[in-house]
Amino acid sequence: MGVRTGGAGMKRHIALVVCLSLAACGTGQNIEKSTQYGPTPDIPEPSRTLLPQMKVADVVGWSGGDKPTVPQGFRIDAIATGLSSPRNIYALPNGDLLVIESKKDAPEPLERPKRPVMAWIEKKAHGGSGGERPSNRVLLLRHADSGGKPDTPTVLIDHLNSPFGVVLVGDTLYVADTDAILRFPFKVGQTSVDGPGEKVIDLPAGPINHHWTKSLTANADGSKLYVGVGSNSNAMERGIEAETNRAAIWEVDPASGAFKVFARGLRNPNGLTFYPGSSTLWAVVNERDELGPNLVPDYLTSVKPGAFYGWPYSYWGQHVDPRVRPQRSDLVKSAIAPDYGLSSHVAPLGLAFYTGNSFPSQFHGGAFVGEHGSWNRPEPNGYKLVFIRFENGRPVGDPMDFVTGFVEDGKAHGRPVGVAVDRTGALIVADDVGNTVWRVTAETKS
Amino acid sequence: MVTLRDIRDGHAPLSSDNAFVVETMPPASSRVASVAAPIYLLLFPIPVVLFVAAVVTDVAYSASAFLMWLHFSQWLIAAGLAFGALAAIALLVVVFASGANRVGTYGWSHLVLFYAALIIEVFNAFIHTADGWTAVVPIGVLLSIVGAICALAAVGTLFFMPIAWVSARGAPA
Repeated sequence: MGVRTGGAGMKRHIALVVCLSLAACGTGQNIEKSTQYGPTPDIPEPSRTLLPQMKVADVVGWSGGDKPTVPQGFRIDAIATGLSSPRNIYALPNGDLLVIESKKDAPEPLERPKRPVMAWIEKKAHGGSGGERPSNRVLLLRHADSGGKPDTPTVLIDHLNSPFGVVLVGDTLYVADTDAILRFPFKVGQTSVDGPGEKVIDLPAGPINHHWTKSLTANADGSKLYVGVGSNSNAMERGIEAETNRAAIWEVDPASGAFKVFARGLRNPNGLTFYPGSSTLWAVVNERDELGPNLVPDYLTSVKPGAFYGWPYSYWGQHVDPRVRPQRSDLVKSAIAPDYGLSSHVAPLGLAFYTGNSFPSQFHGGAFVGEHGSWNRPEPNGYKLVFIRFENGRPVGDPMDFVTGFVEDGKAHGRPVGVAVDRTGALIVADDVGNTVWRVTAETKS
Repeated sequence: MVTLRDIRDGHAPLSSDNAFVVETMPPASSRVASVAAPIYLLLFPIPVVLFVAAVVTDVAYSASAFLMWLHFSQWLIAAGLAFGALAAIALLVVVFASGANRVGTYGWSHLVLFYAALIIEVFNAFIHTADGWTAVVPIGVLLSIVGAICALAAVGTLFFMPIAWVSARGAPA
């Protein structure tokens, strides 16, 4: 097996030894996060401290009339509060919204002494959001425009298994549970579905099920579904067997229940969306942790059919991850770099292209990305919704902060996840830690 | 009738008449040492064995890249530290109870080597948290070896001075 260390690797090891022998040694990654925006982000050398550098904001929730901040010319309102971990939003053509409440229920197996520590960090980051209230269901939110007061959602589908992605194709609503895609008959305007769902296909889930959110979309004619299946580990530390058909986007034929892997090497792909009017699939991807505060940049990318994006063997093209053995130089050679860096550890989980008309023209066709926020970084990154302008179907310029104020003075009111654009052109944001759904509207059209 | 309490509290002289009382009932601090010493001797081998085993599993991982060996190492080091911490406390009690002047050169060497092994293995436990190869190669396996050598050297001191300094009755030569 190829476990010998090459010359460059040895040099890095020696650097690591030197680094550890000096008690207070920097990470060597002192770069501005803005250098990691766009198509050619700075990729520093991996750095390591004795403990991973981490900071998780304490969750305090939203109190009184507290709201996130939006740019001048926009306003933001809570349209549903007191939810139980709302993770995703789907806008129906009649203006109704589907709110997907979702939690990961089963703990991961205890393989290493590190696991309980990581579980504690994850729990702290979510602040027990939603408490013991029922979750794992799809709610229907009909906006009554009742003078800015939050609406009352009704339960559309209950007793799901950590659902995340939904997509409506004709009169069929597909819901991606963590372990299967389900099909429900549903006509727009209905406030309930009849009967239990029918299974389309099983998806990889337990017993580990590390990255559990299954993002879902369909192509224009609804003949194919696309589902994101995140990895079972950070960098293959649970072995290759746990990663079968994971860290991939699947193409599913809903008629036959057959699937093929559409693209692979995407550690945790979410926000699957076709660019409006095109056949190009886009996704936001969470890259790996514990290589330093500025490594590896998370990204937004168009997904090329059949492409390999590196995980676990390499990142951002052909930068080899020193932790993964045996190495696969043959696969690394074929790895392609993604389109657009968002900077490191921002944890993008939601993506929506702006298809409305009520926002100013610069927003048209651009991408809104929900960044759930970092843990593996001394300075928090993400915890906001950013906007990336598009020209000719490609991202241009730096991301612009669009909805901020989720974290103040190191305390988290909420964390943005799923994003959608509703029929009126308003932007809808799911906040799973703040247990709120937010609606952003333009005050004036310019 | 002279009681032990009288002697301890200074109400009765320590003379040849009542020396047998002293002989059979050592002072309180020595009694603590006589309880702590066997506890220490019970606990002390556990981390030594576990740290040596971690060297074996680290070498196995370095040679195979098979993650099971890495998991073994992580648990062995963690368990070694848990028992090592208890042993370290027992050793402190023994030293304080029997008095520093009874510890002797080999006794101090024993303590320093054992504590050094524990400190090295604390660092090693953190190094072993990395997700894969860099948890072991090269620093992890290096620290495992150094930690195990320190622990075994601590055992070695007992050949020169069979832990006499921790027993209640025996005095160092």
